[in-house]
Amino acid sequence: MSTPENQVPELPSSTKLIMTLATVAMISGLLVVMVYEFTKPIIAENQRLATERAIFKVLPLAKKRLTYVVDQDKLVLADDKTVGELIYAGYDKHNNLVGVAINAAAQGYQDIVKILYGYNQDNSCIIGFDVLKSTETPGFGTKITTDEGFLANFKCLDAQLNMPQSALANAITTVRHGTKKHAWQIDAISGSTITSNAVGRMLNKSAQKLLPVVVKNLDLLKQGQQ
Amino acid sequence: MTQANKKETPLTLDVFTAGIWKENPVFVMMLGLCPVLAVTNSVLNSLAMGIASIFVLVCSNALVSALRNFIPKQVRITTYIIIIATFVTLVDYIIQAVSLDLYNRLGAFIQLIVVNCLILGRAEAYASKNSFTKSVVSALGMGLGFTLALVMLGGVRELLGAGQLLGYQVFSTQFEPWVVMILPPGGFIVLGCWLLLINYLEQRKTSKLILRDKAASHGQLPSESFS
Amino acid sequence: MAKHDLKIDIRTSPYIRKAPTVAQIMRNVVYALLPLVIYSVYHFGISALALILVTTLSCILTEHFFCTMSGKKSTILDASAVISGLLLAMTLPPGFPLWMGAVAGFTAIAMGKTLFGGLGFNIFNPALVGRAFVQAAFPVSITTWTPALAVDRFSEFIPSTLALPFMHPLPTAEWSARVAIDGFTGATPLALMKFQGIMTNSYDLFMGNIAGSTGETSTLLILVCGAYLIFKKMLDWRIPAAVIFGTAVSAELFYLLDPLKYPTPAFMLLSGGLMFAAMFMASDMVASPVTPLGIFIFGCLVGFLTVIIRLFGGLTEAVMYAILFGNAATPIIETYTQPRIYGARKKNQDKS
Repeated sequence: MSTPENQVPELPSSTKLIMTLATVAMISGLLVVMVYEFTKPIIAENQRLATERAIFKVLPLAKKRLTYVVDQDKLVLADDKTVGELIYAGYDKHNNLVGVAINAAAQGYQDIVKILYGYNQDNSCIIGFDVLKSTETPGFGTKITTDEGFLANFKCLDAQLNMPQSALANAITTVRHGTKKHAWQIDAISGSTITSNAVGRMLNKSAQKLLPVVVKNLDLLKQGQQ
Repeated sequence: MTQANKKETPLTLDVFTAGIWKENPVFVMMLGLCPVLAVTNSVLNSLAMGIASIFVLVCSNALVSALRNFIPKQVRITTYIIIIATFVTLVDYIIQAVSLDLYNRLGAFIQLIVVNCLILGRAEAYASKNSFTKSVVSALGMGLGFTLALVMLGGVRELLGAGQLLGYQVFSTQFEPWVVMILPPGGFIVLGCWLLLINYLEQRKTSKLILRDKAASHGQLPSESFS
Repeated sequence: MAKHDLKIDIRTSPYIRKAPTVAQIMRNVVYALLPLVIYSVYHFGISALALILVTTLSCILTEHFFCTMSGKKSTILDASAVISGLLLAMTLPPGFPLWMGAVAGFTAIAMGKTLFGGLGFNIFNPALVGRAFVQAAFPVSITTWTPALAVDRFSEFIPSTLALPFMHPLPTAEWSARVAIDGFTGATPLALMKFQGIMTNSYDLFMGNIAGSTGETSTLLILVCGAYLIFKKMLDWRIPAAVIFGTAVSAELFYLLDPLKYPTPAFMLLSGGLMFAAMFMASDMVASPVTPLGIFIFGCLVGFLTVIIRLFGGLTEAVMYAILFGNAATPIIETYTQPRIYGARKKNQDKS
């Protein structure tokens, strides 16, 4: 490095070292806080837009939405920043409930795949999903958003509840390509079985747990903003 | 390298251009290869990563150079890291504000600029010994060279891996994408190919020069073909 | 080469009077591969022929190009590039687009061979490097199988063969359905086993009445061709034997664990490219070990990996990766299996 070997620099007093570090840390802290304060509202707005884009994609009829957080078996009106399991209720122009969007996640081929799926309470169907986060192999795992045969599963994926309304009547499962028999089965994409399976698993897990709560609180959701 | 106390060499164009080609951080110095391999699967990602790196490189080198006479030797690395981390945090927020999509695609590699050895290396080897202007100019050159390398990789990978450039379809829709190019192995392969090409050209240039010198001393014209 | 015969050559045993030259060995390997080539052309028609020609030509041209570039004497005459090209074509599906075949040939020689310094210095089997590259680059095309023994196979190309360079190949599903003899599924026995749980009859596997890569279908013919090379002493019989042994034992282990879930060892041995790879790929003279114990370890490693990847991996054709891995492990295997030099103390063993 730059220090010549023959001349060992004298150790400065520790006060000087601490002072230097403290000064640099203060400058750095000041900069970070300034930029943080400046970008905070913009980032929040971006996040809101991203969430809404995903919600309106899985609930094509929705024009407005409300956020609820799951509290035991009740739903409480909340905002996007609330910690907990969030569900989004979508409404059309006349404030009629058109569906509910719910988050789900499961381990895919490389990392956790996160999706948002739409549930239609009128025919008890899962009517679509949007991938929020995925690092799946391009050309294979990413086919879940482009493969027409796979997307056809979500025209109306049966998610009816059982009699006591405690869980799904039929568990959602992913089956081998070309062997789908029932409305609650997902026909896997041949060649990207692992990601297809992940979608099935995450939908089943989330629907088993959250749809009973949604159905129980349907009246609340239907009231909406009024 | 010039010593801080010695008389400064004047600021020349060479300070700026060295980083772009002659001392290109990726192709010649092989520094900071982690983002080079990881995020260059499209031109846009490469460009964003490059710009983020330029920002961090220029700002941190400017600050290091400005403070170079106040920072005791014993804590210099700590100080440099704090300075670099600060600017990386800023970039992190700014990219989130500009586009969440881009932020999600670049993933952890924005934060990982902190440990990019190119930036710490330049702070230690150049900015801590040179004047403010020279450090900034040199950092800009280095950053542009880094971006150039990223875009060169990203261009080839996007072109072969998706048939697109900057999202525009270059080939017809019938193009068969080479999936491997978007995957990590593609990064290694393309980097290797570029290094091969650049070294080959470099070698040819030097051997041509040698030939010319020889020819000059013998009073002959250099022959074009050589083995 | 030898300018005068009176030169006295002092060397240690063995005193072989005439060691075969590289070109001789390579030529013999080509002879051994020819029956397989002819059979595959008979089996799959002119598409296979075109594919074989393209990959071989691509390998030869690439080799020539790089030799010229680096100012060496062109080494295409020793026929090693021809072998790489033939081996490569044998591992590709018959309907593989020709331009992708050319890419595979180029990568095989460029990345698998000349990059390391040419024949004798390659760490990996070049043909497998080429195949691994196109497997990663064109995963769909390389897993699209077409039926064998189609009626028009000598007058008509498989639709995907003639794809324009860099363009998407035409779909073959319709064509396959049209020309297929009853019961053709379009999937290889391995894919059937993995995704649908169907086992193919061992006799069909042995005779080659199945879909698959160009040259891997008939186990019988592969064994005969391999036997010729072994007879000529141009192939170390221990390598194929060790690979087959490793595969059989690993498959037997899983079969004993759960006979319903895992396939029989016979199926494992006869399906996919295992036999072909054991005979012609694993035995690559440069990239496999030479010590007897090393060969045994190498073979067992390849066999075990093949079984593991086939049963638990996402891809069906595992032998390729297993051998590449084995090639990579070869230097370390050889380091630890050096035979003891006669009279040497144990201490000195490691230094050799």
